Amino acid sequence: MKPAPFSYVRPSSLAEACDALASDPDARVIAGGQTLVPMLAMRLARPTLLVDVTAIADLVGIQETEAGIEIGAATRQAHALVSDLIRTQVPLLSKALPNVGHPPTRARGTVGGSIAHGDPSAEIALAATVLNATIHYRDGDEDLEFQPDEYFIGPTLTAAPPSGCLTKVVFPKRPEGRVGAGFQEIASRRSDYAFASAGGQVVLDQAGTCVAALLGIGSVGDVPVAIDVGGLVGTRLDDGQIAEAVAAALEGLEVVDDLHATASYRKRAAARLAFLALVEARDDARAGGAAA
Amino acid sequence: MKVSLTVNNRKTDIDVEPRTTLLDALRDELSLKGTHAGCEHGVCGACTVMVDGVAVRSCLMFAVQGEGLDITTIEGIARGEGELGIVQDAFCETHGLQCGYCTPGMIVAAQALLRQNQTPTDDEIREAISGNICRCTGYGQIVEAIRLAAKRMRESNALRAGEVAE
Repeated sequence: MKPAPFSYVRPSSLAEACDALASDPDARVIAGGQTLVPMLAMRLARPTLLVDVTAIADLVGIQETEAGIEIGAATRQAHALVSDLIRTQVPLLSKALPNVGHPPTRARGTVGGSIAHGDPSAEIALAATVLNATIHYRDGDEDLEFQPDEYFIGPTLTAAPPSGCLTKVVFPKRPEGRVGAGFQEIASRRSDYAFASAGGQVVLDQAGTCVAALLGIGSVGDVPVAIDVGGLVGTRLDDGQIAEAVAAALEGLEVVDDLHATASYRKRAAARLAFLALVEARDDARAGGAAA
Repeated sequence: MKVSLTVNNRKTDIDVEPRTTLLDALRDELSLKGTHAGCEHGVCGACTVMVDGVAVRSCLMFAVQGEGLDITTIEGIARGEGELGIVQDAFCETHGLQCGYCTPGMIVAAQALLRQNQTPTDDEIREAISGNICRCTGYGQIVEAIRLAAKRMRESNALRAGEVAE
């Protein structure tokens, strides 16, 4: 038994969960627990109360609404991975998900948990950053919304209210046109924490000209970051044009050094992965993308 | 805290602290020592069990979260006392184990894969055990064992009356 003692509740409604979170300043949400439980085991986290949100039906499921593709916070990563709605509407997330942990951790781990934990190498957080997904919280009886650039503020640090409960993440729907997505990462072994990761999405018109390009880099800095590659709009996305745009866009990228990889390695890897992700996205779009 | 666990089709009521992992409850409360404690923080996969038919790490779940779930441990893989399941048998035959520490986790992960996919490619087999660390046998024979088990499962299902195996 490695964690410090705590109490445990498993409410069946969001209101009860919010009450529990408000009742104790050291309460913490547990969903899949695939990151939190190791932190408890190593006593990096010592909450006094765990509020298990997996029995709250409102927090589970994937649906299409006017706002976009809504993914309930407690939806398991394994379910998101096989969702046709995500595959067709949010192809970048679909390509990111196989890189999230391993099959046994995806079986328990949740989409919301990955966002809420704010790990800089989290693939779901990177996809949310690239696509500018909206992160929804309930705090008491207040509903709050965050965009990724204001939400992720440091390694495992977010702007979430301390007594709030993440309810859903809303990804924008697939844009019109020929959409392609690419996701690339490098880690010491399959599906381990990445040293560097990149996600890209492009949209081509019928003639094959780029009308939109998005890029994001994860794992190399304190938070996943969106990178402006708008300069690719209007080009044919030749390899040379992509390489040039990536090199220019990543010039000021903030990169950290740690035990696992040096800053200069991370910077080189990020540039290469960004290039590969955009090439993959382009080829995917040319081949018809995730067209339903 | 009281919790009712259904393990290998048997329901048991136990009273544990909320911080008791499913792993510790299986080993210490239910005396099911086949599920191994390795790193106890989700890295090695030695503690893998099936929850509702899919592979899960029992060290990354608290026992109190297991209420109402269908849990299968390595002890629930064989059909009966003194028998081996198809996957277990394949591990023996291909020398898919040496020290045996990772083996229960490997076998449960393989069993979970083969429940969903009867014709896994080597890549799919490697993906299924990507969260399980072996430090002595080497993965080659483990992959071979799972490949063999898949073949035997397919064949045992494919035979119809009057048909003869090759």
